[in-house]
Amino acid sequence: MSERRIRVLVAKPGLDGHDRGAKVVVRALRDAGMEVIYTGLRQTPEMIAEAALQEDVNVVGISILSGAHMALIPRILELLKANGQEHVKIFVGGIIPDEDALKLKAMGVTGIYGPGAPTGTIIDEIRLSLESDK
Amino acid sequence: MGKSPAESILSGDRKILARLLTQVENGSPEGLATLDELFPHTGKAHLIGLTGAPGTGKSSLVNQMALYYRATTNPKRVAIVAVDPSSPFTGGAVLGDRVRMRDLAGDPGVFIRSMASRGSLGGLAQTTAAVVQVFDAAGFDVILIETVGAGQTEVDIARLARTTLVVEAPGLGDEIQAIKAGILEIADILVVNKADLPGAENTERALKGMLGLAHPVEKVFRHHGQVMATPASEPANSSLWVPPILRTIATDGTGVGELIEAIEQHVQHLRRSGDWGRRERARLEAEFEALLTETLVSKFRLSVSDARYDEVVDRLVQRTLSPGEAVKVLLGG
Repeated sequence: MSERRIRVLVAKPGLDGHDRGAKVVVRALRDAGMEVIYTGLRQTPEMIAEAALQEDVNVVGISILSGAHMALIPRILELLKANGQEHVKIFVGGIIPDEDALKLKAMGVTGIYGPGAPTGTIIDEIRLSLESDK
Repeated sequence: MGKSPAESILSGDRKILARLLTQVENGSPEGLATLDELFPHTGKAHLIGLTGAPGTGKSSLVNQMALYYRATTNPKRVAIVAVDPSSPFTGGAVLGDRVRMRDLAGDPGVFIRSMASRGSLGGLAQTTAAVVQVFDAAGFDVILIETVGAGQTEVDIARLARTTLVVEAPGLGDEIQAIKAGILEIADILVVNKADLPGAENTERALKGMLGLAHPVEKVFRHHGQVMATPASEPANSSLWVPPILRTIATDGTGVGELIEAIEQHVQHLRRSGDWGRRERARLEAEFEALLTETLVSKFRLSVSDARYDEVVDRLVQRTLSPGEAVKVLLGG
């Protein structure tokens, strides 16, 4: 009777309005059997952290194409921690230069994906990251 | 530390609350045990259901209603349960109702939870009632429950909610849709949303016509230039509730104040007429019956070997047993 589903919050923080990539990922995760909560555009880090808490998600996926990732993502990580949500895995998609990707991973981001990343890889890595918790 | 999950929730811990909702949704034993502990604290919240076809603006209306409840002089704590469909093939779901509720972000008096329907067909998930109970125990004054919005058979919500709103929008159907059985029958209040669009009058007129068929209301009309009136077949007594039809524009909040007022009147009507208690009893009985059925079926399934079960299904496929006979065979009758 007991049924566990992976719950993922997908959010676009900041001001860029290009959400096609986020929607492609949302759809792919749905087809992989996950429950995906999509919050839409122009989310603040506070909104994302609060939604992650209310929805009790396992994963937060963040899509950023604006170049503001080094300002927004550390703030999101900080707020999740402040809310006691450090178990939540963070995945980032967008245009992230390699040196920034290294820094973000060091801060605790689990996966970072650029243009052309196969959705199958994202799905596999989400599943893998949650297995190690159990 | 040392607080039980139930105690933490009663004292307002949002993180434990969110986790319990997940446990209840997943049917985990520890979650159900906490739910048992919380049950005596339920029964205080006003449960308001919203149903209606996709795209009528249910989520936007929920957003405005919650804003309104929060802005009153005595702000109410509002929980929102928004159900969206699960894929019947993969079990996955996209839950997108939060997109319309961004105005509520940052308000600690509001808690939004998205739920996937997980194969249930009545517009709610099987565990929605339990999730609502958790919010009720946690002290939320108003719980807004938004159904999947897939069609004409979403009547589960009327069993769960104390006031059911059916949301319509212009251009979605004619009077024949309005007199079909099902969703309109369950309405305590009818809302014509997107009232700024052309055709809103027609939608309202169709709904009024439908209500006129079902409820004794006084009609005044002109016949050969003479004004004629047919009196209501029954005097307007207080035990009868005629669903009001209200116009709203959920994108800017027009009409939401009147809607909340109508909900208040409905609550007073329920209390005055004794329907409050009757509905409460019917609701708990339905919930209990569903649980009983589910438990009996899963218990029974354990007592029948898979081989025996498959054998009966095989005989169904070969047409040597009808489904009715198959049940008798399995039950040993």
